[in-house]
Amino acid sequence: MSSPSYAIGVDLGTTHSALSEIELDLSEGEEVAQQMFSVPQSVAPFQVEARALLPSFAYIPHEREFPAGSLALPWNANPPLLLGGLARDLGAKTPTRLVSSAKSWLCHPKVDRRAPILPVDASEDVARISPLEASAAYLAHLGQAWDAAHPGTKLSDQELVITVPASFDPAARELTAQAAVLAGMPGATLLEEPQAALYAWIARTPHFRSQLTPGDLILVVDVGGGTTDLSLIAVLEEEGRLALSRVAVGEHILLGGDNMDLALAHAVGAELRAEGKMLDPWQLRALAHGCRAGKEALLSGAAESDYPLAIPSRGRHLIGGTLRATLRRQLLDRVIFDGFFPVVPVDSRPRHQERGALTELGLPYARDAAITRHVAAFLHRQLDATAELPGFESARGTFLHPTAVLFNGGVFKAPGLMDRLRDLLDSWLEADGAPPLRVLEGADLDHAVARGAAYYGYVKRGGGVRIRGGTAQAYYVGVEQAMPAIPGVDPPVRALCVAPFGLEEGMTADEPPQQLGLVVGESVRFRFFGSSVRREDVSGSVLERWTDEELSELGAIEATLPADGASPGDVVPVRLSARVTELGVLELSAISLEGERRYTIELDVRSD
Amino acid sequence: MSASRPSFFVRFSLAFAAFFRTLFDADFAAGVRDLRLPAPEPEPEPVPLREADADAAMQLLAALQRKGRFLDFLGEDVSSFSDADIGAAARVVHDGAKLAVAELFDLVPIRSEQEGSEIELEADYDAHAVRIVGDVRGQPPFRGTLSHAGWRVAAAHLPKLADGHDACVVAPAEVEL
Repeated sequence: MSSPSYAIGVDLGTTHSALSEIELDLSEGEEVAQQMFSVPQSVAPFQVEARALLPSFAYIPHEREFPAGSLALPWNANPPLLLGGLARDLGAKTPTRLVSSAKSWLCHPKVDRRAPILPVDASEDVARISPLEASAAYLAHLGQAWDAAHPGTKLSDQELVITVPASFDPAARELTAQAAVLAGMPGATLLEEPQAALYAWIARTPHFRSQLTPGDLILVVDVGGGTTDLSLIAVLEEEGRLALSRVAVGEHILLGGDNMDLALAHAVGAELRAEGKMLDPWQLRALAHGCRAGKEALLSGAAESDYPLAIPSRGRHLIGGTLRATLRRQLLDRVIFDGFFPVVPVDSRPRHQERGALTELGLPYARDAAITRHVAAFLHRQLDATAELPGFESARGTFLHPTAVLFNGGVFKAPGLMDRLRDLLDSWLEADGAPPLRVLEGADLDHAVARGAAYYGYVKRGGGVRIRGGTAQAYYVGVEQAMPAIPGVDPPVRALCVAPFGLEEGMTADEPPQQLGLVVGESVRFRFFGSSVRREDVSGSVLERWTDEELSELGAIEATLPADGASPGDVVPVRLSARVTELGVLELSAISLEGERRYTIELDVRSD
Repeated sequence: MSASRPSFFVRFSLAFAAFFRTLFDADFAAGVRDLRLPAPEPEPEPVPLREADADAAMQLLAALQRKGRFLDFLGEDVSSFSDADIGAAARVVHDGAKLAVAELFDLVPIRSEQEGSEIELEADYDAHAVRIVGDVRGQPPFRGTLSHAGWRVAAAHLPKLADGHDACVVAPAEVEL
C-alpha cells in the first residue's frame, strides 16, 4: 500500500450518496484543496453522466428490459445492478424491482441483513439482494468510479472515511464496515454524520475558534432524506487549546425530508381526489417532487402564498392530460409545521402509538412524525450529559441547554424550517432563563457530510481540531439469573456492563470480572442492551432493574465456541472483552479462561 | 427556351461544320479550346462547412423530452386548449427542460452589466460574442445600450454514450405490463 495522496469522505446516505476528496499534497493547515467528486452514473440507457450525488437506489433489471450493453459504465461493461438516478427513475414505474432505503434496512434488527430480502415486495423471478450487498454496491460504484477517474491511484490506498448515523447501533456499524470490505475498501474508518457536519463547518469557517468558547454546547440537528440524527458536542479547553467532545447522540429516528414531501403529496392528492381526479403511484411521485420544490419556495419567501403544481400525464397528450393542483400555504403549514415541527412544550414526548398486531414486514418508521418532540425528549434525556465536564455548570432547569445549533440535511434548504426549530428551541431556553442559541451558519446542506468526512480524514493525519467521542452508549449483555424453574415465568435477567460509555477508537475496555459459562459447539445468544445516559457504569457493573429510558434493547448477539479441544456440550468458563477498533467498530469477544482463547461474538444476529 | 436550344438535326450539321472548321482554322480552334478549358481566373475556394453532430442534438432532444416532455408539448395543437391547460403543461415543460439544460450545460451571461445600461465596446471586442445593431457606423470603441446580456456555455456535460446506442430513439414507447 502506497502512502495516500487523498483524504476521501464518503457519505453513504439513505437517499443519496456522495464523495468528497482532499488532495493532501496541496493542503497545508487550514488551507485545504477540497472538491466534490462527480459520480458517473446511468441517466438513461446507453447514457452515462457525472453528477455530484449518487441516488442510493438499486434497480434489478429484467434480462429483456434493456438492450445488451446499454447499462455499461466506464469501468464495467455489464453491471449486474443498475444504481443511481436511472434506477430511481425506473423504480417509479416498476417499484417491484427497486431497492431503496437499504441503509435503513441495514440497521433493522428484526431482519437478517445478510439475507436477500430486497426489494421486499419483489416478484419471485427477481434476484433479490441483501441490505449488506446493496450498501456494498453503492460503495463499490463510488470506488470504481473514483479509480476510473484517477488512473494510477486506487481509492483503497487513500485515507478513507465513511459516515454512519450517530444513532447506528454496533451491529449496523459493523455491517457498514463489512460493506466497505465487500466493496474493496477494507481500511475505511467510520465517522458519525453529525460530527462530519461539524467538521464541514470547521473546514469552511475561517477563524472558527473565535466563534466557539469553552462551555459551549453545540446541538447538531441533521435531518436527511430518510433519517433524523441528533448529537450534542461540547466545547472544552484542554491545556489552553480548544477541544471538542461529542457527549450524546439521539435515538435512531426513521423520519426525514422524503416523508415530508410524501405527506404533502398525499394531502394535495386528497384535495384532487375530492375533485374526482385520481393519481397513480407514478403521478404521486411526480407530485411529491413538485411539493418539495413548492415547500422550498414557500419557506424561503421565493413564492407568495400559493405554489402552483402540475402533474404530467403519462401518454403523449401532455396539455389536456396534465393535472393542475395548488400547494397552498395553509396546507403546507398544517402538514409540515403542525405535523413535523409543531410548537410543543419542552416536556412533551414522542407518542408511541401501538400498532396493529398484524403489521407487514417493513421498516420501523418513527411513530411520531413530530421532530420537535423527538428533540425535546433528547434534550430532557441528556440533562446530565455535561455534568462531569470541566467548565460546564451543573444542569439546571428541566432539559440540557445547548448554546449553539448546527443544522444539516436537505430539509433545511427550506429556511423556514430552520427558523421554526430555532425559535422553538429559543422559547424553551428563555422559559428556563437561558440565553438564545447561536446558529452556526454556512453549511453546504447536500454535501456537508461527505466534505466533513474527508476533512476528518485530513485532520486525522496530522494537526487540526478533532472531535473526541468514543461510543455514545454503554453496552450490556443480559445474563439470566440462576433460579429454580417456575413454569411460565422467565428467569429474571441482569444487565452486565461490558463496554463503558465513551470507549474510544483503538481502546479495549477492562474485562468485567464476572465469569460466564458458554456451551461448546453450540451457538449461544445473549440479549444485548445499550444505554445513552448511564455514563458512570464501568465494565462489570451489574444492573438488576432499569427503566426503558435508561436501557434500550438492541438486537441479540451470538457466541459460537468451536468444539476443538473440548467435547461438545462442555461448559467453558469465559470472560467477555470489548474493544473499539481503530476503524470505529465495536468488537466483543469471549476469552476462555483455560487456554486464553479468544472467540468473536457476532453483533448482527437476527432476533426472532 | 426551345428557341435557344437547337434541335438534333441543327446540332448535327453544326457539329459537322465545327469539326472541319476546327481542323483547318487555327483561330477558330483556339476559341474552341478556350471554351473547353476552365476559365483562367481562379474560382473562389469552396468554404468547408462542418456537419453538426446529429447524435449530440438528439441527445439534447431526448433529455428535454425525458425531463420536460418537450416533444409531447410541441406535438400538441395548442389552439384547441384553454390558456389554463396550456399553462399547466407549460409548468411541466419549464421545470423539466430547465433541469435538463442545467444538468447538461453551465450557462453564464456574456456581459455582466445590467440590461438597459450604457456600455462601451473596446476596439478589439469579440464580434462573435457581441452583436451590434441599430445605427451601425464608424469605428470601435462603440457606445451603446445593452439590450440582451447574451448566454455562453461555460461547460457542457453531455452524457457519455455506450456502444450500440441508437440516438434516434429520443423517447422509447412505453408498455405497462
